[in-house]
Amino acid sequence: MKEAIREALDQEMARDESVMLLGEDIAFYGGCFQVTQGLFEKYGAKRVMDTPISEAGFVGACVGAAITGLRPVAELMFMDFATVCMDPIVNQAAKSRYMSGGANKVPMVLRLPNGGGMSGAEHHSQSLETWFAHMPGLYVACPSNPYDAKGLMIASIRNDNPVMFCEHKLLYGTTGEVPEEAYEEPLGRARIAREGRDATVVATQMMVHKALRVAEKLAEEGISVEVVDPRTISPLDMDAIVTSVKKTHRAVVAHEAYKFCGFGAEIASTIMSEAFDYLDAPVIRVGAKFAPIPYNWDLEKEIIPQDADIEKAVRESLYR
Amino acid sequence: MELSREELLDMYKLMLQIRTVDEKIAMLVRNSLMKGFSHQCVGQEAVAVGVCRALRSDDYIATNHRGHGHSLAKCRDLKGLLAELLGRQTGYCHGKGGSMHLADTATGNLGANGIVAGGIPLAVGAALSMKYRGIDRLVICFLGDAAMNQGACHEAINLAAVNDLPILFVCENNLYGFSVPMSSAMKVEHIADRAPAYGIKGLTIDGNDVLGVYETVERELADIRACKGPVLLECLTYRWKGHSINDQGAYKPAEEQRWWTEENCPIKRYRAVLQAKGFSEDELAGTEQAAADSFEEALEYARSCPFPELKCALEDVYA
Repeated sequence: MKEAIREALDQEMARDESVMLLGEDIAFYGGCFQVTQGLFEKYGAKRVMDTPISEAGFVGACVGAAITGLRPVAELMFMDFATVCMDPIVNQAAKSRYMSGGANKVPMVLRLPNGGGMSGAEHHSQSLETWFAHMPGLYVACPSNPYDAKGLMIASIRNDNPVMFCEHKLLYGTTGEVPEEAYEEPLGRARIAREGRDATVVATQMMVHKALRVAEKLAEEGISVEVVDPRTISPLDMDAIVTSVKKTHRAVVAHEAYKFCGFGAEIASTIMSEAFDYLDAPVIRVGAKFAPIPYNWDLEKEIIPQDADIEKAVRESLYR
Repeated sequence: MELSREELLDMYKLMLQIRTVDEKIAMLVRNSLMKGFSHQCVGQEAVAVGVCRALRSDDYIATNHRGHGHSLAKCRDLKGLLAELLGRQTGYCHGKGGSMHLADTATGNLGANGIVAGGIPLAVGAALSMKYRGIDRLVICFLGDAAMNQGACHEAINLAAVNDLPILFVCENNLYGFSVPMSSAMKVEHIADRAPAYGIKGLTIDGNDVLGVYETVERELADIRACKGPVLLECLTYRWKGHSINDQGAYKPAEEQRWWTEENCPIKRYRAVLQAKGFSEDELAGTEQAAADSFEEALEYARSCPFPELKCALEDVYA
């Protein structure tokens, strides 16, 4: 997936002079996760800019640069560091267009490596995308595979709004078919990752892979699970989700963000209000348990939702 | 650059307009023409006018919550400003920004900001954009003394310094954050003392001498445009009123308040300068009347403007 993202950045930079990258250690170092490797050599220091460790400063600078003609793509080394620059994201980027009465636009992308499962512990493992989905003016992309990562990144760069682009760290090394040419995958359109008849699992990022494994396993018992990947949680494709639930009559929503007040609650609540008469069971949510992500790997697995949690939820929704 | 007679008088008129707007805010709020919070810049007019006189029309400014003066000095649209303060459809931001978020990027105003130091990184980003694109437009970032203690401010100035961006940081040191005097909020005596810490040039000047401000800025801009590095220009001035319309400023010592308002009024000082330059009483009184009339005209215009339609509340969230 990291190469897919890199290819998207490379192709957009080649196409459009106004696209430039900023972040910590993204230039000759190639980025903490090596996503921007090679781009500095190709495009130079002006377009691939190393910044001092000053997220509030350079993310705020992205907003000003975007308002005045550039299309910056900034990298936060970990989504956890977004707390250090919440003002430029929430009070400036998200609101500039609205506050200016539509005069300004903020075409920027903020790349956010998120997620746990690698013993990163409390400050390097979080999934905070719910916070950004909860803010009018921002878009939030959560690709689960290399194909979507490239297509969504290109779409995000070309979009005139600030996009919080969530990259699950455990997905960087995953592989898949990715067209060589540039292509867009639209923001706000879900993908059916696996078709099924008996239950819908709505899942994002790593949870898509966990859900697919569970679906494989349950298929052996004759249970047919449909996995729906929203791909972006803002804009959110509720039409696709509701269509699926109207077909299967059961829904599980799975994300790595905390279950309590996670964006899954939004999806579950909307399923209820739009497809109440189609449901044969309450919507069940699977999300992280409500504690910071601990260091110890067994404790971490207690907090972050696992395959077994999704399986249990699906069985519960089927009363099996 | 030598200023013409028209330009000198125009600066006087602009200072008076700024003073009038911010003096009248209380009346506008009392009459429910304007609502919410407002932060007046009465007493600080010379900085806005002196700085903006030295700019080209396509240069950018970024300002803060105390930004009516900066906005008016840059965009010269009193009607648009008042319409925005009155929440009308025809305001700078179609009534959606208000006093603290005035913006008009088309005329080079990146905007006011409700977050202290919130606009400083944005200003730096605009300067980055200009340098990156090879465009000869510079950025003036207005900030207050208290903003100089915000983390985002340090980060932004550092980023500008390290990249030699075409930006001038104009710090209006009006001696107070809200109620806390600057002397309690920082250990250095002058804001400009911090400039060497960023590796940039720092200057402290009399912010109530409008021509002095103009001449200093004009002199510094050539190097800034040439990307020789940002400059931190501290302008010593004073906030006559409280922090906002809800604050009486009772924490300010009476003698201090008296000295600044009676003996160091930037408008009175400039009037005396104009007299010394040979402007007649008629010319000066005429300008004063013109300024007052322009306010009444703009207010009448603003009051006649429609409010935005309710559906506008959900418009322009996204591009």
